[in-house]
Amino acid sequence: MARSAVALKDHWKEQRLFLSRVIGAAVIVVILSGLVVTRLVQLQIIDYQRFSALSQDNRVRIEPLAPPRGLIFDRNGVVLADNVPTWELVAIGEEIPNLRETLQGLADLELIDPAELGVLADLVRSHRGFERVKLSNLTEEQAARFAVRRHHFPGVDIQEALIRYYPYGAATAHAIGYVGSISKADLERIDRRDYAATSQIGKSGVERAYESRLHGSVGYRQQVVNAQGRVLLDPATDDASAAGDGIFGGLETKWPVPGENLVLALDIRLQLAAQEALANARGAVVAIDPANGDVLALVSTPAFDSNGFARGLSRGELAALNTDPNRPLFNRALSGTYPPGSTVKPFLGLVALHQERVTPEQTVYCPGHFSLPGSSHRYRDWRPQGHGSVALHASIVRSCDVYFYQLALALGIDDLEAGMRRFGFGAPTGIDIGGENAGVVPSREWKRRNFSRREDQVWFPGETVISGIGQGYTLVTPLQLAHATAVLAAKGRRFAPRVVIGSEEGVSRRIEWIPAEELPGVDDVDEHHWELIAAAMLGVTAEPGGSAAVTMKGTPYTIAGKTGTAQVFTVAQDARYREDEIDERLRDHGLFVAFAPAEAPRIALGVVVENGGGGNRAAAPVARKVLDAYFSLMPDDYVARSR
Amino acid sequence: MSLAAADWGRSSGASFRRRKRGALALHVDVPLLALLAIVAVIGLVVLYSAAAESTSAVMRQSARLAVGFGAFFVLAQVPPRYLRMWTPWLYCIVVGLLLAVMVEGEISKGAQRWLDLGLVRFQPSELMKLAAPMMVAWFLHDRRLPPTFPQLMVLALIVAVPALLIAKQPDLGTALLVVAAGGLTVLLAGISMRVMAFGGVLALIGAPILWSVMHDYQRARVLMFLNPESDPLGAGYNTIQSQIAIGSGGLFGKGWLKGTQAHLEFLPERSTDFIFAVMAEEFGLLGLCLLLVLYVAIVGRGLYIAVQAQDTYTRLLAGSLALTFFVYVFVNAGMVSGLLPIVGVPLPLVSAGGTSVVTLLAGFGILAAIHGHKKLLAP
Repeated sequence: MARSAVALKDHWKEQRLFLSRVIGAAVIVVILSGLVVTRLVQLQIIDYQRFSALSQDNRVRIEPLAPPRGLIFDRNGVVLADNVPTWELVAIGEEIPNLRETLQGLADLELIDPAELGVLADLVRSHRGFERVKLSNLTEEQAARFAVRRHHFPGVDIQEALIRYYPYGAATAHAIGYVGSISKADLERIDRRDYAATSQIGKSGVERAYESRLHGSVGYRQQVVNAQGRVLLDPATDDASAAGDGIFGGLETKWPVPGENLVLALDIRLQLAAQEALANARGAVVAIDPANGDVLALVSTPAFDSNGFARGLSRGELAALNTDPNRPLFNRALSGTYPPGSTVKPFLGLVALHQERVTPEQTVYCPGHFSLPGSSHRYRDWRPQGHGSVALHASIVRSCDVYFYQLALALGIDDLEAGMRRFGFGAPTGIDIGGENAGVVPSREWKRRNFSRREDQVWFPGETVISGIGQGYTLVTPLQLAHATAVLAAKGRRFAPRVVIGSEEGVSRRIEWIPAEELPGVDDVDEHHWELIAAAMLGVTAEPGGSAAVTMKGTPYTIAGKTGTAQVFTVAQDARYREDEIDERLRDHGLFVAFAPAEAPRIALGVVVENGGGGNRAAAPVARKVLDAYFSLMPDDYVARSR
Repeated sequence: MSLAAADWGRSSGASFRRRKRGALALHVDVPLLALLAIVAVIGLVVLYSAAAESTSAVMRQSARLAVGFGAFFVLAQVPPRYLRMWTPWLYCIVVGLLLAVMVEGEISKGAQRWLDLGLVRFQPSELMKLAAPMMVAWFLHDRRLPPTFPQLMVLALIVAVPALLIAKQPDLGTALLVVAAGGLTVLLAGISMRVMAFGGVLALIGAPILWSVMHDYQRARVLMFLNPESDPLGAGYNTIQSQIAIGSGGLFGKGWLKGTQAHLEFLPERSTDFIFAVMAEEFGLLGLCLLLVLYVAIVGRGLYIAVQAQDTYTRLLAGSLALTFFVYVFVNAGMVSGLLPIVGVPLPLVSAGGTSVVTLLAGFGILAAIHGHKKLLAP
């Protein structure tokens, strides 16, 4: 009972104590609740903007949209580079029950390369399960083959994609170039953000030089993704009504700006004619409008199908192109360098006339060979029996070498070099698509720089002699030949060669014409001298005995031309050049330069046929075909418009 | 119900009236039950969104709530003196079960929390959340208060033994709640300020020791709490994503079913430990304040019942149960909002999950019983 009494006595005290503790606890509860609320205010009110942005970043993925690449047209509006739909075989990893079996099945249908099974399996596994992984490009026929068996391949699908297509393939391969996968080197020269959705980039020719205009600018669309990155809503493909507010609301799309279309100076008909004229030869044709530098045709053969690069070449295909002894990937028109041979004669003739080192009337006796005073070495004329007594006109018409040996000596190497350079030899012509070789116009200075042995650094008079007929160290590109001939045709006016003459903005469809770029020309030469040279070149094709007279017989238009033969193989002093006895690769290169009509030139040509034999035999017929094509195809009004 | 409302409005002091009709005949405290039911319904609404609009998740949670409210009604009928008499047995049985889990769990790898009783699998540690404060209250019931120092040592043992067993499982969250439940009971019994200060010093000394016995992932959680940005995709991910969810909710929230953090799966443990963040994202600060007011009201009602209780055992137990409930709320809200490190404590009555709903409601059943079985005392 005593215990109970104690308990009872404690009761009130205990209750009071307990009450005070409960009140204390209640205060703490309120304080801690306040702390939580304060924290929530901080997160939800004060830092709301920041967290709202973070949650938006989480939710929305920005999917870049590739701009459609600009198209390329020839001067008459014919499409030379197009974007066409193609089929891609894609795999969605998580939907494929057995990856190995599936890939084997696709290989059995010849839809993927059996040699790449392992690589493709790794590729699919390295992506997240829901991502679409491209396995291969399909032809229409392959796509159809897959389509009928699609139900055998869960998780494999075909999708459409745009791919570059060159309707004329090999004929335009060296002029337009091609696109290919973006390489590490390409990444150095582009803004990566702008190429976020682009898989191909211009690799050569117009495609490379005008990459920035052709590419356009990237767009984007916002997609809703979950924490794993799976796209839950893509406004571009999903029902628009699914969007709205909440999780799927407020998405933006910025459409890409398409690349600019380009209009080329090329006429595809002339291009094809030049391609056909060269046939199977290794060679190049460049045709230029002397009035503005427009490149009407630019062909290098053999060529390659540029569509292969756009589609993606297999390792074997690429190796075959690289190891082909005819070097189809080599752009002879721009970077092939050849001794110009006798094609330099009109240029040197003009320089010598201008500098009054020769007169039109002055004659030289050609016995078929020439020796420097005090030397027994004979510089031979191509015609062993000689041309007799010839003046400048006849020396060009019949291509007398002895006359030009002496002319070169009369000029001296310094003036000879300076004269050649005024026509654009020995330096890049400045063509807009780049990729050209500068060639060589040798000089004393050049020899000093390019030879290491002291005794080789001296310029010998004999080297001046052979420079007079375009042999020795002199090297030119077919483009330089056409360019310099255009300068002759335009009586000294000189324009930078250009392949692209206009660009068409994708949205407004307005064509902006690019003005011709005039370069410092040969403007101090007497009109009479120009006419003398033009007349001599006309004589080459029109006078009896002219070096190309037979080949050019019967054209309805006049041609001012010059043949050239470049030696590949040096014939011993006492031997004769016998074509049938030497290897095909050692045969002479044939060259031809021309402008037509001779009295009012519209087109200037440079033609090179490697190892084709002499200029008249190998190159002049090609020039004839190109010129025939030009004058039969080109309507007069069109020519007028283009100027 | 009108009677209950009247009771809620006027209940103050120690005035008792004869009430043996309606809900009161079932010894059910109507205000408490109503508040719990409102929170439970809000929980189901949030859960539907958090569980990606899954009806089955809501059905399962409803079933658990039904079991929980069943336990509430059953325990409300048990007079507290019986409860008090069974307390030592219950405590011993639960400690025994914890040991059994330990032995049994050796076989399965990882955390050892579940005991398979054939029909049901349950966590004995959950039961300890009730058994520990009951045992403490039982121990203090017959004794003079405030307790003496030796008594405090015994009490410390009563709480520490099961808490260590649970922490060893390892389940830091539940161990913490057991310590809170037991400790709060002792605090309510009235310890002097000097002893409290002593305890504080002891805690400071104990912290490094606790650190040394913690598991790596537990340490990582503490470190991550201190600096979540140090590893945004690793251990800090949960904290960062839950703060983004809360912060982006703003004042009014993004709207029900429109929480992007939750629905796009950026938020971890959306329907369980981090459901508070789902609610924050979709209902904003206003929604959370409403929920917190409801929670505080429940705690308040519990404390009121404790104050009204007639003996030491019921008083201490009621107070402890009410405050432990608040510890749940505070720890969960604190960890989700980045105030506290992440410990696995669910948001009471809202988080989807097994036994915690049942033990919580069982605890409130005891509170209802304490309130409903008061003896009429002569003035």
